[in-house]
Amino acid sequence: MSTRRFFACFLLVALLIAGVASYYASTHPDGLTSVAEKTGFIDKQKQSPTSDSPLAGYSTKGIENDRVSGGVAGVAGCLLVLALAGGLFWAVRSRGERTDDEEVPEHADAEA
Amino acid sequence: MHVPDGFLDAPTSVATGVIAVGGVALALRGARRELDDRTAPMARLVATFVFAGQMMNFPVAGGTSGHLLGGALAAVLAGPWTAVLCVSTVLLVQGLFMADGGITALGTNITLMGLVGVGVGWGVFVLVRAVLPNRLGSIAPAAAIGALVSVPVAALAFTLLFALGGTAPVSVEKVAAAMVTWHVLIGIGEALITGLVVGSVIAVRPDLVYGARPALKARTLEVRKSATTTPTGKTA
Repeated sequence: MSTRRFFACFLLVALLIAGVASYYASTHPDGLTSVAEKTGFIDKQKQSPTSDSPLAGYSTKGIENDRVSGGVAGVAGCLLVLALAGGLFWAVRSRGERTDDEEVPEHADAEA
Repeated sequence: MHVPDGFLDAPTSVATGVIAVGGVALALRGARRELDDRTAPMARLVATFVFAGQMMNFPVAGGTSGHLLGGALAAVLAGPWTAVLCVSTVLLVQGLFMADGGITALGTNITLMGLVGVGVGWGVFVLVRAVLPNRLGSIAPAAAIGALVSVPVAALAFTLLFALGGTAPVSVEKVAAAMVTWHVLIGIGEALITGLVVGSVIAVRPDLVYGARPALKARTLEVRKSATTTPTGKTA
């Protein structure tokens, strides 16, 4: 599989999970929240200062339909991570030719 | 395992904030060796995948769910230092935009899931990889075991912070027992997802898996011995 095609598939899978499949995710409290409820410190939880954000709680403000609201928030979150991580890793990466001798073989079609 | 604001007191939150800043600063230096023009695009997709994976809560038992933390997964795919940056980026976006995990608790979350989750996940992966035969088939199982261990250890790390600076007078033993029990179960889910994803990537592009480099190198040497490589050293 070419690198470009692999990356496209990888991104598509992430977007499908965040945008479509996440609708079917369990809505039960997660491990920590559940433990906090069971052992009695859940009432110490404070509302996040970002709880008014348009994407707060993985739902998009102004979209009534739950499926669409969650899907849009999931995709938006993915794109935010993609942009931030992309910028960060591009800045951090070592430039130019690979210098380490941990050279790994590339697929013949890798640069296709 | 996203810690909201309010569970831990201010001194503990400041302390984990300092630890997180230090850890991320080290990771920025370390990731320079892991990232180049070819691996940087993979790493950003790994971060994106971790964000997506964390949305997929799976039921465990007794009305409790869990979700991927992604520390071991990101470390095996992109390298441990890069993984710290991947998970930290995800936590930053979740805290700032999704109100998932607190803001004063951001340092705590980066410490637990970014530093402990990645550190334990990668460490156990390397140990298991060293024990198993040096071939590609060992990478996904080793990653799964790293993932399995990383979750309850991160849960224990939370308990330690709670013992130091918890805001409620709740028995630490009770919290520890509950955290470990639930997170062992969640760790099984983490292991399955991590093994499946790493295995899938190895099946199509093992050269893009950071943790598979020694196994790939061994395989290349074997192929070279049987003299089937092209003069450029490229293998099919």
